[in-house]
Amino acid sequence: MLEIVGLRKSFDGAPILREVDLSIRQGDVLAVLGPSGGGKTTLLRCMNYLERADAGTMIFQGRKMDMPAMTRREIADYRRHTAFVFQNFNLFSNKTALQNVTEGLIVARKMARSEAEKRGMEALERVGLADRRDAYPSQLSGGQQQRVAIARAVAGSPDVIFFDEPTSALDPELIGGVLDVIQALAEDGMTMVVVTHEVNFARRVSDRVLFMENGAALVCQDTAAFFGEQNLERIQTFLRSLERKDDK
Amino acid sequence: MALSERLVDILVTSFPRILGQGILVTIPLTVISFVLALIIAVICAMIQIADIRGLKQLVRFYIWIIRGTPLLVQLYLVYFGLPDLGIMLPAFPCAVAVFALNEGAYCAETVRASIEAVPRGQMEAGYCVGMSYVQIMARIVLPQAFRTAFPPLSNSLISMVKDTSLAANITVMEMFMETQRVAGRTYEHLALYSEVAVIYLLFCTVITWLQRMGERRLNAMNGGDVIHA
Repeated sequence: MLEIVGLRKSFDGAPILREVDLSIRQGDVLAVLGPSGGGKTTLLRCMNYLERADAGTMIFQGRKMDMPAMTRREIADYRRHTAFVFQNFNLFSNKTALQNVTEGLIVARKMARSEAEKRGMEALERVGLADRRDAYPSQLSGGQQQRVAIARAVAGSPDVIFFDEPTSALDPELIGGVLDVIQALAEDGMTMVVVTHEVNFARRVSDRVLFMENGAALVCQDTAAFFGEQNLERIQTFLRSLERKDDK
Repeated sequence: MALSERLVDILVTSFPRILGQGILVTIPLTVISFVLALIIAVICAMIQIADIRGLKQLVRFYIWIIRGTPLLVQLYLVYFGLPDLGIMLPAFPCAVAVFALNEGAYCAETVRASIEAVPRGQMEAGYCVGMSYVQIMARIVLPQAFRTAFPPLSNSLISMVKDTSLAANITVMEMFMETQRVAGRTYEHLALYSEVAVIYLLFCTVITWLQRMGERRLNAMNGGDVIHA
């Protein structure tokens, strides 16, 4: 459903992404793994046009798009079919949990308030926070904020959700709740791209893994193959380095 | 100095006259000028944030001129100077124009800084739920910026209440000029200027009190003092 060919991006002459290709099938969860500074977050931000790619072609639902040449209107149209979950949640701090979820529906999609609130409450129920509908972001824990952010993403019925390290800013005891919500979405067949450092989560939930290093996609393969003993030496060392961190 | 009967009499009879000019002139002058100043400030801030070429340079130039010259000089320039070019304004509108333009330049910087203090992620999150730049500005960024700008803007308002006394120089019959008149007639300078000082203090105390109430309300609308986790 979503395919990218030849994505390139540099900041001030320093290449961050060099020729990245990837494809996602309907209903798949693609985990993006790799060491810090490898270009994972930039890749995801380019995929939702928060960063403008220098080169690259995107094929989304059969429509071919030249990524650097997208107009503002085309980007807005594309974004109505996608959703983005940020590392730092980025909930609207002057809006309650429910308003955060309904804001885009009412303002951008021109949905009637009653219909938007019905959908908003369904989304909050899905992440287990219906009872906190009137709480402001500053009154919620990090984990709760991220779950509201996921509800906001889900409420627009996107074709694909992008997650940018959704648990990296959370205290360890709050990570599980957020991962459970993402896993439940995966089980419901939501198409997702998840940049993460949670290797066990990726192994359990994702269908495919994209391994990024130095701005390039080293491999993009089925999860079982990625975690298999026969895989590239580089990937095995990467996974071992994470295990060592876990032992501490 | 004993509080003679004569002095008490002067203070008591002058009080309603001075306060009256305060209510009839000082307060309207302040309120009208400040509202206009806020409109100027938001427009100037938006032009700078949105980086509109040409207009942005114009705004920088305006702020540079206003902040680099004394308010009293600006008042004289417009009231006594512009008639040389055939532009003649009555004293009150002239004072409103100068105070609005002057305060507008200072408030523009306050508003701009407050908008820039709203985290970038708020804008990005708005884009990602499909909102347009204008929608995000109006519904997400400006309300948050207003909370940040509120205390410094209250400061500016308090300054302006007192700065309106300068309008006496261009014949606006406000509180201070009324006081000068009574003082000139009675020679009770210490008592009368103390009296008008107390009235200014009273006005500013009310504003300080309104500011506190306003901040409390704005905080409640943002779910407490902590704006960002």
